[in-house]
Amino acid sequence: MSTIVDARGFSCPQPVILTMNEIKKVKKGEIVVLVDTDTSKENVSRAAASQGWTLKGVEPEGTGYRISISKD
Amino acid sequence: MTTIKTFFATPWGIISVGAFIGVFAALLQKWGNPANMGICVACFDRDIAGALGLHRAAVVQYMRPEIIGFVLGSLIAAYAFREFRARAGSAPIVRFILGAFAMIGALVFLGCPWRAALRLAGGDGNAIFGLLGLIGGIWVGTLFLKGGYNLGRSQSTHTSVGWLLPLTMLGFLVLMLIFPQVEGQDKSGVLFYSLKGPGSMHASLFVSLVIGLCVGFLAQRSRFCTMGAIRDFVLFKQTHLLSGFITLVVVAFITNLILGQFHPGFEKQPIAHTMSLWNFGGMVLAGLAFALAGGCPGRQLFLAGEGDGDAAIFVLGMIVGASFSHNFGLASSAEGAGPHGISAVIIGLLACLFIGLTMRKEVA
Repeated sequence: MSTIVDARGFSCPQPVILTMNEIKKVKKGEIVVLVDTDTSKENVSRAAASQGWTLKGVEPEGTGYRISISKD
Repeated sequence: MTTIKTFFATPWGIISVGAFIGVFAALLQKWGNPANMGICVACFDRDIAGALGLHRAAVVQYMRPEIIGFVLGSLIAAYAFREFRARAGSAPIVRFILGAFAMIGALVFLGCPWRAALRLAGGDGNAIFGLLGLIGGIWVGTLFLKGGYNLGRSQSTHTSVGWLLPLTMLGFLVLMLIFPQVEGQDKSGVLFYSLKGPGSMHASLFVSLVIGLCVGFLAQRSRFCTMGAIRDFVLFKQTHLLSGFITLVVVAFITNLILGQFHPGFEKQPIAHTMSLWNFGGMVLAGLAFALAGGCPGRQLFLAGEGDGDAAIFVLGMIVGASFSHNFGLASSAEGAGPHGISAVIIGLLACLFIGLTMRKEVA
């Protein structure tokens, strides 16, 4: 069961802050982050990698992206 | 296309963009722009306000094509890579006020973060105090961010909303073509021009515009941001954007050395003053306002070019802030802070604290 972080509409650095907060909270498992700009997609992916999380997939959703990250 | 797209998200991508800006900012100085001011978003927005007659400081009036190029270059990049997304509605009035005070702070120091870097690269020691202030202001901003500060969500909107600032810039360019500078005259049609001072020093329209377009294009791709560089390092210990900013300084320094434009010292530096406390204080205000608004002045132009209507409001706030700066005697000069510059910095800091402390909405 993955948690969803809805960062759509938020500008830099909010999507990364929201993702990092969730990473700190759940520690491991799977998180889905919804973003609506390419900048946020890159920033969230980079931030997740820096915390040792794996980027499982990025799919277009609506006008933005659905990013899945996980850590065992 | 995909290769190019991913390249700019890599460390080498951001480093090469920082290098490009460093080289061409220094070259623009050789080609006519003011010393240590190859590119300064704050100074150039201020010159645009002067060209439009929003303030009447005779020495800083010129419709800077670099700024026009930044917005339009970013627009082209956003369309070329299918990233143009019109969006607006995230506390526009707050962004306007932040833009105005960011400008007021930057003009007490005499430069945006880009110019702070270029001043350092040209040997101006006073820039160190400005950069320390910038770091200090951004650091305070990160405390607010950690405390839950945010300006709320923007909404997707009509494509034409995102076009308004680019169209305004296009309009400015058309005005420049209809009313070109006339030798020895301080006005051409509706536009004001400087006969002396920094506003009279500029590279040719074509050179400035082309370099502006290239920087706008590259910066949109790489998300180059000087405020983000420091913020991301403080908040997340990330050095991605920082590597681009540092590269800008180093490459501009090397280019200045080659061109004979490096003159180390504190006294008599071009378009600078030696009041260290207010070089510092002005940039604390600017840095805090940039951090609260989510981008340095350059980044706000690039965001406006890719459809961000809130960033466009910040840009307009900067132009209005510049007008207040010169009309009210807030801007510094080579002699030091303006008669009311120090009061304005204090009022600006209070306004930023009010914004930072009261706008903490729980994320729904």
